Amino acid sequence: MASTIRVRAIASGDTTQVQSLISHPMDSGFVKDSKGQLIPPHHIEVVEFEHAGKVVFTALWGPAVSKDPYVKFSFKGAKKGDDLKVSWVDNKGQSDSTVAKIQ
Amino acid sequence: MLRKLLIALAMVAGAAQPLLAAEGASDPKAEFKAFRSYFTNRFPKLALDDFVNGPYSMDEGLRKQWKAIDEFPPYDFAIDKGKAMFATPFKNGKTYGDCFPNKGIGVRQNYPQFDAKSGQVITLDVALNRCREANGEQPFDYTKDDMAALTAYMAFTSRGKPMDIKIPDDPRALAAYENGKRYFYTRRGQMNFSCASCHVQSPGERIRAEILAPALGILNAMPIYRSEWSGMGTTSRRFVTCNSQTRAVPLEPQADEYRDVEYFLSYVANGLPISGPGARP
Amino acid sequence: MKRSLALAMVLALPLTLGLAPTARAANEADYKTAYSAAEAAAKEAASLRHQWTVTVSALAAAKKAADGGDFDRAVAAAREAEALAKASIFQAISEKEAWKAMEIR
Repeated sequence: MASTIRVRAIASGDTTQVQSLISHPMDSGFVKDSKGQLIPPHHIEVVEFEHAGKVVFTALWGPAVSKDPYVKFSFKGAKKGDDLKVSWVDNKGQSDSTVAKIQ
Repeated sequence: MLRKLLIALAMVAGAAQPLLAAEGASDPKAEFKAFRSYFTNRFPKLALDDFVNGPYSMDEGLRKQWKAIDEFPPYDFAIDKGKAMFATPFKNGKTYGDCFPNKGIGVRQNYPQFDAKSGQVITLDVALNRCREANGEQPFDYTKDDMAALTAYMAFTSRGKPMDIKIPDDPRALAAYENGKRYFYTRRGQMNFSCASCHVQSPGERIRAEILAPALGILNAMPIYRSEWSGMGTTSRRFVTCNSQTRAVPLEPQADEYRDVEYFLSYVANGLPISGPGARP
Repeated sequence: MKRSLALAMVLALPLTLGLAPTARAANEADYKTAYSAAEAAAKEAASLRHQWTVTVSALAAAKKAADGGDFDRAVAAAREAEALAKASIFQAISEKEAWKAMEIR
């Protein structure tokens, strides 16, 4: 299955800027389908970004985050060529992760 | 007295001239020039190519948000899906590439086209479904999902190429162009809006919370990931929803009028770059 | 106090029934007449490809009210649908020439 995670991390001096786009329906559980039935909640709960074995950024998401969420943040202490691991878990227990090289 | 009468007659005859001109057949080349000039005169500081960015060329705040989103555009997944679909053969072993020149790569800017055999305007979407049916596959819904993914990929392979629509020397092609032009300017729905009411009279202004795009190059970004839809949509989807928004009952996706208006709007955007697939508010 | 209250109630009654012009409540026959007139106009608007969404919903509201036995509301909705349909037909016909006024030249 193709990865649901797109990530781009660019190091500039000591600061690395990370952007990530994640493919996920992020169903809130409050929306009805065309037949009038509630679409059950299906959304990411935790997203983690790890560098050198340490979690540098954690996002706790829920029903208010919309479909295909995008996140952008910066952190210090990494350099070009290092690995950045991104992983997420949703409320159904599904998950995905990927590793990207910092550019 | 006679002099006054002669002057009055001359004025009436002069006033009748524009009406007579309108009764005759269109001159697409002249209309193309007039259409473009209207917008470049209205927005003299805007680079010609920038018109294809719709509302983002009209408002600085929106533009900044768009540039930030563009670093990781929401239509990215659709391009990947479209690319995979494009490469997957049909059950009979043929591919989409077999239905198009240059294997379907970098050809989006040539659509819509006038098809002499059927005497109709063929949009890229119709061409794709014809390809599917000719190869024993079911056609796709025109408004979203699979069709949007396929056209997103094809638009992506044509990014930057100038729109290149031809009106061949065929009265039926000219009639289709005129039909499209007429549709564009005709008021419809309880709100009595024509496409021109918003996109010719009020580009850059607001309708409720939205900023209106100029009509020049308005289809160059298709298909689009629209935040309002939380997903992709094709030209068909936009025409249908635009109709509903003016409280007009929409026509069927890819109805004659819709294909003809796409033909007209694409022709007057000739020379402007394909910017699709796009993102919109 | 009591007299003005009674007077107010008498005055309010016909207004709540929405019976300003007619003297009696509508019946099924009235509804059927109004609905077929509205439907015919809507059909013509549809054939001109200028149907309005509000016409369709007014017709549906008329039918729904009639099915529930409220013929006053059904007739009112049917008349509104007919008026909307006729307006959309007028739009279709007048726009045949009026569109030229909007054209960029």
